Amino acid sequence: MKGLDGVATEIKEMKEIAKTATEDSFFQGMKDCIPTLLGYISIGFAFGVVGIASKLSILEIFLLSALVYAGSAQFIFAGLYVAGAPMSVIIITTFIVNLRHFLMSLTVAPYFTRYSALRNVGFGSLLTDETFGVAVTKMGREKQLGGRWMDGLNLTAYLTWIAACVLGGLVGNWIPNPNRWGLDYALVAMFIALLVLNLANASRGKLMHYLKLIGCVFGAMYILSYFMPSHLAVLLSTVIVATIGVITEK
Amino acid sequence: MTTTLLMVLLILGCALVTWLPRVIPFILVRNLELPQVVLRWLQFIPVCILSALVFQSLLNTEGKFVTLNGENTVAFVPTLLVALWTKSLSKTVIVGVLTVAILRNFF
Repeated sequence: MKGLDGVATEIKEMKEIAKTATEDSFFQGMKDCIPTLLGYISIGFAFGVVGIASKLSILEIFLLSALVYAGSAQFIFAGLYVAGAPMSVIIITTFIVNLRHFLMSLTVAPYFTRYSALRNVGFGSLLTDETFGVAVTKMGREKQLGGRWMDGLNLTAYLTWIAACVLGGLVGNWIPNPNRWGLDYALVAMFIALLVLNLANASRGKLMHYLKLIGCVFGAMYILSYFMPSHLAVLLSTVIVATIGVITEK
Repeated sequence: MTTTLLMVLLILGCALVTWLPRVIPFILVRNLELPQVVLRWLQFIPVCILSALVFQSLLNTEGKFVTLNGENTVAFVPTLLVALWTKSLSKTVIVGVLTVAILRNFF
């Protein structure tokens, strides 16, 4: 009996997958965002706590999360601000830390050229590491992306992020050290999972190529880390190894 | 719930420099057809950038030599295994965070 039930649910699930694969829906975007929310909540919450400890006000935490909207840049902002760094240094560092989004936007943007310029500004403004990761995973599977789906994904992430940051700020005074709970590692864990999901979409021949390239990325990161801040090393390693990827592609 | 004008300007400056790199590609690509070779190049960006971000967390660049960050490298193993096994973002995040919490509280 259990076998029959299993088959029935499996068929139902398959039908659902087939349906969502073609449909461009805001709601589906929201649903596809859910697995990443745990990351946004824990990192945003940790940022709020760190922000209060760095002498930022709740209003400033809100403005940062709503306007800058970038986890790693916000943490570095708080760190530099509390250390008394000059404005120019804070702005330039923020720029460098977030420059990787240029590459991420460039990767996703070709899928949205059929939409208006204003819609495209919307897609770009709310692009993060995580929504990029979810979008490219879908791209790898379905070879297309829809605007409503992207908006659903982006807005869910955006509102959750702001709420988590503000909440962390509100309770920050009662939580001494968020690092103790490993919340900062949520981001790394998410990158690992998104990488695995992207590799899982690749064919066997492509997978071997990708694994070799990942080896190259490690080498490039290791060497470049001697010469530049790690955020620049990320950017340059990606550019170099993607080029190797094109050259060595069969 | 207070802030200063200078702080608002600083946040706006940071907002601008994080907004431009995100938005410019979307406008650029709408107005100009990317050559085939660039599109092929872009196909490699997801795997390259995600693995670079993972390696960034594994490397310790504070000292004279670049070394592996002990804690993050130890946590990397169970996190990767859960990601491979479950293919689930949330389960991977939970295991990763729990592993680091255990490492930081008991070792």
